[in-house]
Amino acid sequence: MVVRKELDDGLKQIQDWLGEMGGRVERALRESMTALTNLDMNLARKVLADDLRLNQIEEQIDEAAARLIATQQPVAKDLRRILAGITIASDLERMGDLSVDVAKAAIRLEGQQLVKPLIDLPRMADIVRGMIAESIRAYNEENVDLALKMAKDDDEVDALCGTVFRDLAAIMAGDSGTIGQAMLLSFTARYIERIADHATNIGESVVYLATGKRPELN
Amino acid sequence: MSDTAFYTKDLSVFYGEKQAIKKVSITFPERQVVAFIGPSGCGKSTFLRSLNRMNDVIPGARVEGEIRIGGRDINDPSTDVVRLRQKIGMVWQKPNPFHKSIYENIAFGPRYHGVKDKRNLDEIVESSLRKTALWDEVKDRLHGSALALSGGQQQRLCIARSIAVQPSILLMDEPASALDPVSTAKIEELIAELKRDYSIVIVTHNMYQAARVSDKTAFFLMGDLIEYDETQKMFTNPSNRATDDYISGRFG
Repeated sequence: MVVRKELDDGLKQIQDWLGEMGGRVERALRESMTALTNLDMNLARKVLADDLRLNQIEEQIDEAAARLIATQQPVAKDLRRILAGITIASDLERMGDLSVDVAKAAIRLEGQQLVKPLIDLPRMADIVRGMIAESIRAYNEENVDLALKMAKDDDEVDALCGTVFRDLAAIMAGDSGTIGQAMLLSFTARYIERIADHATNIGESVVYLATGKRPELN
Repeated sequence: MSDTAFYTKDLSVFYGEKQAIKKVSITFPERQVVAFIGPSGCGKSTFLRSLNRMNDVIPGARVEGEIRIGGRDINDPSTDVVRLRQKIGMVWQKPNPFHKSIYENIAFGPRYHGVKDKRNLDEIVESSLRKTALWDEVKDRLHGSALALSGGQQQRLCIARSIAVQPSILLMDEPASALDPVSTAKIEELIAELKRDYSIVIVTHNMYQAARVSDKTAFFLMGDLIEYDETQKMFTNPSNRATDDYISGRFG
């Protein structure tokens, strides 16, 4: 026994890819939010183009995971690491898609004036970007405390999302001409809130990796 | 929950001064497969052999603690060892058929235990060979030499020989380690079939075999039972760090 090089190399590769995905999702969210705030069409289109790589890495992780399971018979924590890796990759890929949705909202607003300066939406995005970074760190360190913290941050994001909905509802009630844009911005809040849910899912996967048990954090 | 087939309590085995098994208590469920895993020298084969008193013949070997089947301690001086080994069959690593015909290999045990009637013996031979999925392969050459069979067939013959005397428990000491992958798969399938009728304990060096065939797994290390749990739990989320390290190939 003790011939683990193939397995260890594969696990390391998956971990590196997840790190890359986390970095890319964080950037996609930052750029899409900047694109929305400044109605920067070029930046919005860049987010759309960059998303292809995220999809590609997810496929690479799935393939590597299938190969390791088929050829290396991983068990116990090795197996959980691979299963968690597949789930986390899927969450990150969805987070990328939701960032793309934010960028598309910016593109649909091309040529318009924003009905209000965006304050709470960028705040939400900042918290969620922190969650993305911490979820990846929790995975790398198998840090259960950090993983469980996701639930707390998620509550904060949910509360902010509620505030955004109420503000936009008030604007729509005051001026029916704003409804189209205000609806779009409400959707955007929803997209960001969904990204936070996926970050919380990653926290759940980290707890599973570390303990073998799946908590319900969402 | 399954009924208990037998259990050990604080079982220790010594070879002279050396303690090979250290106060191990295990309950074996009826009609389930229990696998023993652990690195070479961990005591798993010693433990298995003590379950039908095979260690009796090793000079200097000494057993302490209890092994109870139906309430009786098998190490009690009043135990009839021949009867005991009829009730607890053993299958070895290398197939070891007698230098006799296929038929005689199977008929030997029942005849020894008093079955004389030819029709009865015929029935036992056929049903034993059917239970081990060997009947169709050998029914036309029952009186040919057992040694002409392939290794995998010989091992299934040995299993058929064990069950011909109607045991309730089968002990298997690495029963597939000398076989090719196809024969190994057949033995593993056979184990899954046999557990309908027998309680099975298998020692294996192949952890994935343990994962495939067993309901419960016991991990031994240097004579200690480190962990004993449902196989599924052992291979996805073992409680003990040493178990995790061993089954993940970090040592051993």
